[in-house]
Amino acid sequence: MRTLRFLIHKEFLQIFRDRMLLGMLFIMPLAQLLLLANAATFEVRSARMYVVDQDGSPASRGVVDRLTASGRFINSASSASIALANEAMLGGATDVILVVPRHFERDLVRDQHAPVQFIVNAEDGGAAGVMQSYASRILAGYAAELSIKELPGNMMITGAPDVPVAGRATIDVRRRGWYNPDLDYADYMVPGILVIVVTVVGTLLTAMNIVREKEAGTLDQLNVTPIKRSTFIAAKLIPLWSLALLDFALGLLLAYFVLGVPIRGSLLVVFLGGAIYLVGALGIGLWISSISETQQQAMFVSFSILMTYLLMSGLFTPLRAMPEWAQWLAEANPLAHFTNLMRAVLLKGAGLRDLMHQFVMLTVIGLVVLTLAVRQYSKRTE
Amino acid sequence: MSNAIEVQELTRKFGSFTAVNAITFTVGSGEVFGFLGANGAGKTTAIRMLTGLLAPTSGEAQVAGFDVFTQAEEVKRKIGYMSQRFSLYGDLTVRENIALYGGIYGLDDGEIRERSEAMLGHLGLRDSGDDLVASLPLGWKQKLAFSVALVHQPAVVFLDEPTGGVDPVTRRQFWEMIYAAAADGTTVFVTTHYMDEAEYCDRVSIMVDGRIGAMGTPAELKAEFKVGTLDELFVRLARPAGNATVAGGGG
Repeated sequence: MRTLRFLIHKEFLQIFRDRMLLGMLFIMPLAQLLLLANAATFEVRSARMYVVDQDGSPASRGVVDRLTASGRFINSASSASIALANEAMLGGATDVILVVPRHFERDLVRDQHAPVQFIVNAEDGGAAGVMQSYASRILAGYAAELSIKELPGNMMITGAPDVPVAGRATIDVRRRGWYNPDLDYADYMVPGILVIVVTVVGTLLTAMNIVREKEAGTLDQLNVTPIKRSTFIAAKLIPLWSLALLDFALGLLLAYFVLGVPIRGSLLVVFLGGAIYLVGALGIGLWISSISETQQQAMFVSFSILMTYLLMSGLFTPLRAMPEWAQWLAEANPLAHFTNLMRAVLLKGAGLRDLMHQFVMLTVIGLVVLTLAVRQYSKRTE
Repeated sequence: MSNAIEVQELTRKFGSFTAVNAITFTVGSGEVFGFLGANGAGKTTAIRMLTGLLAPTSGEAQVAGFDVFTQAEEVKRKIGYMSQRFSLYGDLTVRENIALYGGIYGLDDGEIRERSEAMLGHLGLRDSGDDLVASLPLGWKQKLAFSVALVHQPAVVFLDEPTGGVDPVTRRQFWEMIYAAAADGTTVFVTTHYMDEAEYCDRVSIMVDGRIGAMGTPAELKAEFKVGTLDELFVRLARPAGNATVAGGGG
């Protein structure tokens, strides 16, 4: 224990004397969080809307006004011709076409409901879904405003812009987003981005750590002493682990106060999860550092591992959409479990009991990775 | 009194290359043993095996009464090591480096304080105790590294080319430190290129291509090979046999 204390003290001294490293540890991740939180979003603003108003009534103008007033859509062109609208869609001059048919107002007054047609360019499936969802929400709001029970959107989504506007499929869209009712992407993305930036910096710094001592020759000097392997790995892990956890806490403060991400669940659960998660994440870094001979090798190995588990974490593409083998693989991905855990606690207010699976998996992964790192680190070259 | 180091048929191969080829020797307690050889003769490979940093291919070795290969951790408590490359932490101060290794070897706070001050006094570094080690001149770094290797008062200390690149005055001081350590009962195992330094050793061995080409006290070796200096002997042994006449011809 005494040896461990001396070694940890040494690591902290070295970390706090390295300004570059401090910058990497505290400025980079937080700057990335702010940047990415505002950039990485599926949100659609100012989609170009081609308006074909065949009714020309106050009610039809109301439909257009409500859509444009939301800021989600701008009225980029108007005409009475669906053919011209189709051309605009094909030419890429517009993202959506709104068709308000003749007698819209009359039908609305007489039958209490009337259709509008909303055609979305679905080349980008994600954006198309989002635009459709915005439109149906706005129209539902307008219908309520007119004290009419329901204004069903007669909507159509074309699979590709070259499909003619025909064979219209009617979709009765009634959506309610749970836990994130406004579909606020910052709320959804920020917890994941925070996990990523802390993971990247933590993994890279641990991966560089042991191998840097190999390159400098200082590791030999430690290896001729009676240090236990587990003590050595613990001394390498604990300082960066506690700083990564601090990083995580600062990021969470930023997310809550600056980015307005809600914290609906218990912070204790978040930090317990973070503490366990970081053991595994940084343990992988130490393992990389043990197998590498140079910092360059460590860097390459870290990047390929990080890349794989970032892309398979469910942050960018939902895990449920992946093939079954990929979902199995994701079980071994600590990032996937912790991202889930963060979202569940922050957005849904989930508690320890709801997250048993994540906690068990994170603990198992942490133990396995640490064991690997200790076994991989050898004081003697074979 | 048992020997500090006993080595039998110690061998290390790297692929098809045999770096150390079945060497056998002993070093008595308290001896200053010079381990000589040209670059690439296998000195560092041998020293790395004796300090437990490198696994041997075959053979046996005991250091300070423990088997290097089965009781490596016991051996490590008893030895000090100063590698060819400077290997203290440049981003820590002199005092922090001493305290770190003192702590690792289990000295208590009082012992660390006491030995740090004594060491700084000996080295004339009292005013530089809180300077970063990276800022020290090379000669001071080497003397500090040697002192740190002795901080836990080991039975045997291994020095791998400790005076490489150091000025003559500092080299002389360094050897005074080696003698002082030996006088305190520490066995010193030292590799060097400098044959004038070899003359200071109680006994020397000269490695040639992974084998021990000659071993004995400097006086014995000079008599045995009928040479005036160890330098002459070194040149003769270090050259391949076929070139011996060229070496003898003064080339």
